[in-house]
Amino acid sequence: MAQFTLQINGTSRQVEVDPNTPLLWVLRDHLQLVGTKFGCGMAQCGACTIHLDGTAARSCSLPVSSVGNSAITTIEGLSENGDHPVQQAWIEHDVPQCGYCQAGQIMTAAAFLNQNPSPSDTEIEAAMNGNICRCGTYLRIKAAVKTASQNS
Amino acid sequence: MSTLNPKLDRRSFLKVSALAGGGMLLSFSWLAGCKPTPEQSLILPKEWFELNSYIKIGDNGVVTLYSANPEFGSNVKTSMPMILAEELGVDWKMVLVEQADFWPERFQRQFTGGSQGIRQGWTPLRTAGATARQLLINAAAQTWKVPAAEITATAGQLEHKASGKKAGYGELASLAATLPVPEEVALKDPKDFTLIGTSKKNVDLEKIITGTPLFGIDYQMEGMKYAAIVHPPAFGMKLASFDASSVNSLPGILDVFSIQLFKDEYVRNFFDTATFPELVAIVGNSTWEVLQAKKSLKATWEKAPESSFSMSGFGGNPSKVKVPAGLENTEIHLAKMAEYTSKPGNVLRRDGDPEGAFKKATKILEKTYIAPFLAHNTMEPVNCFAHVTADKAEIYGPTQAPEFIIGTIASAIGLPKEKISIKLARMGGGFGLRAYSHHMVEAALISQKAGVPIKMVYSREDDMTYGIYRPSYSATYRAALDEKNQLLALHVKAGGVPETPIHANRFPAGAIDNYLAEGWQIESNITIGAFRAPRSNFIAAAEQSFLDELAEVMGKDPIAFRLDLLKRAETNPVGENNDYDAKRYAGVLELVKEKSKWGSPAAGVHRGVAAYFCHNSYVAEVVDMVLQDKKPVVSKVIAAVDCGIVVNKDASVNMGEGAIVDAIGNALYGELTFNEGVPSKTNFHQYRMIRQQDAPKAIEVHFVESKEDPTGLGEPFFPPVFAALANSLYKATGKRFYQQPFGTQLEKEGFKV
Repeated sequence: MAQFTLQINGTSRQVEVDPNTPLLWVLRDHLQLVGTKFGCGMAQCGACTIHLDGTAARSCSLPVSSVGNSAITTIEGLSENGDHPVQQAWIEHDVPQCGYCQAGQIMTAAAFLNQNPSPSDTEIEAAMNGNICRCGTYLRIKAAVKTASQNS
Repeated sequence: MSTLNPKLDRRSFLKVSALAGGGMLLSFSWLAGCKPTPEQSLILPKEWFELNSYIKIGDNGVVTLYSANPEFGSNVKTSMPMILAEELGVDWKMVLVEQADFWPERFQRQFTGGSQGIRQGWTPLRTAGATARQLLINAAAQTWKVPAAEITATAGQLEHKASGKKAGYGELASLAATLPVPEEVALKDPKDFTLIGTSKKNVDLEKIITGTPLFGIDYQMEGMKYAAIVHPPAFGMKLASFDASSVNSLPGILDVFSIQLFKDEYVRNFFDTATFPELVAIVGNSTWEVLQAKKSLKATWEKAPESSFSMSGFGGNPSKVKVPAGLENTEIHLAKMAEYTSKPGNVLRRDGDPEGAFKKATKILEKTYIAPFLAHNTMEPVNCFAHVTADKAEIYGPTQAPEFIIGTIASAIGLPKEKISIKLARMGGGFGLRAYSHHMVEAALISQKAGVPIKMVYSREDDMTYGIYRPSYSATYRAALDEKNQLLALHVKAGGVPETPIHANRFPAGAIDNYLAEGWQIESNITIGAFRAPRSNFIAAAEQSFLDELAEVMGKDPIAFRLDLLKRAETNPVGENNDYDAKRYAGVLELVKEKSKWGSPAAGVHRGVAAYFCHNSYVAEVVDMVLQDKKPVVSKVIAAVDCGIVVNKDASVNMGEGAIVDAIGNALYGELTFNEGVPSKTNFHQYRMIRQQDAPKAIEVHFVESKEDPTGLGEPFFPPVFAALANSLYKATGKRFYQQPFGTQLEKEGFKV
């Protein structure tokens, strides 16, 4: 067990956990931030995507001890009122079916659009390829990323 | 305007005491993480008045509609309340939708599966909405002393034009809740619908995109502990012993013990499928710690002998279900299936003289189609919260079918059903898997034994390897042709491990004079369960691929050939009990032909078509494919569907898009094989799922204009895709594909996937 001070969604949070604990479980079990989802535990599905200093990262495979002072953003902290352009585009296209993967999809899309504000369809497809949607809402996800790129 | 006597229906849902229950429902929903936002709190009324089990109206006119069915992504939580709101006559902006708890005394059929939610909910929900509306009208009539027939009720407003009297629903709800339920209620004429047929966004959309707790796995409670399970490593094995000391001194671990799901005398129901009725449970302080401890557990496993259990039939006496011994292999499954293909099966339907026609044939076309086991791979792994005390149990988790598991929980923990409450979590996918809710029994037993509230979570590896798969199937189709290439007879013989996929009375039965359907099955200890359009998801692939090849041999266009058969079934059907409407079936083919411009595909586009009827809806689909550097790419899918009246338009389109993507993924990549009882894949690095880059570039969904009562959409879009894809692959590659997953076969032929 060790103590860590994490910078999450603009706030300092302290936790005492095993240093090997993946950030995903620190968020979910210790900090009650359950918007970040558990899917596979091996960085294969993208459900657990968060931002580390603005870059998309798979929190299920990120030991808490490796995070340091990096700024962590989770879906809960992406915007104050759910009004980030990517979230707004998700509403416009009524993307989700079950909804379970969508926080991860949104976090991947938001980080991607920061790096590439005007992507082509092919670039969107490549950027979003790491996030599985079992319900198959890929066309809406792609359309929503496109819309967000035009509105941000 | 049609009238319906509510007395003809089950009564309990129509009128409940204004005092009973509402508060309890409300309190749980808040507990489940649905605390109202500050904005919602402002609009919440001081007092609610319950008009029936589904509808509660606040003194300020805000309306709460309960969604009784569990939600796994088919959008019933939005679409079913739309039906209530339509008949109630309320502005959708004034509606709050709440997930109801499992409460069979109040709600009918709290089961999500079989694409039946909308179909079976249609009349009860309309009746519930119309009854509440009539109660409000009667309250206004009594208050204003005017005839009820002169009062209109629209968009939450009651009005008596002649006297100029007006009131909001909220003003008269308190009186309405005390009035007797009307004997008869008038339902709207569908042409007067203002909400049904429009597009309303998912009522949980804002919660989903902001990461608000919604799912079973998100649930937390003060003092709650975490649990993981360890199941045997192979089908056909069971627990011999385990060494508790191997884990109970690990950090954060509180307890380790084994649990037994079923009491010896318990008679299971059809959905009581549990591959491993004895499991090891590890309880600890966090999910990570219990998942880690699994890896250190020292347990010995042994081969399970043949066993059996009692299972109640559908309305019949309990029967014994045999679980064979042995460690099974896919190679042996395939060899056995080939053996059964060459033996006579059980005759399921015979029309005319098929054997005689085959003797007369100058040409016989015979093809065998094979598909593997599939794992559901819902994105939310199996999980469940349970808090069991000496006198009650609270269960919260993902289930499509609480009614099928409450008795099992009661038996396992020794409490009467009345002491068990099941709260319905939004599910991170279902696809049939969560009709089998053994995880609720497991969580309850763990909580009871550990003496604390627990949340049990399966690892992805546990989830992928515990069973309840789509079965492996094989189907052999034979067609007898005369010297003019006219069809004389059709013969299908199909089976699987461990069930046959045949629906003997479906098309093309009824369209062919000489027809024979036979089934067979091979027993197995690998457990199976419903998987999006059970059986149809395979037999449609086989049948519609065969009809495509047969049309080619006969020199006919594939759509024209099917329409010819359907014309025969419509005008002069063969045999009895044909379970489809040939005219509606033809209708979707006609529509897809028109919308796809079937006769004139774009240059370089290879297209395949298929159609199927299952779960009461008709679907035809055209898959357009292009070859890019030896890689088949689906450029577009055009779907035509007849599901009667469309309730929520855009949600229905979404369902079609998703099912099409899902089917392409499973057709190209989906496969689970077994070696000595061990599943070959444990996580997504091995089990390929369809991803963004593999999805079709465009999908169009077209609806047949209809006044028929609505039918469901969760499943019907799915089965025809497999064949439309295979048929387009044939056009693109020149090869017919008979074995799923097609990706493996494509690679063998030198194509990329």
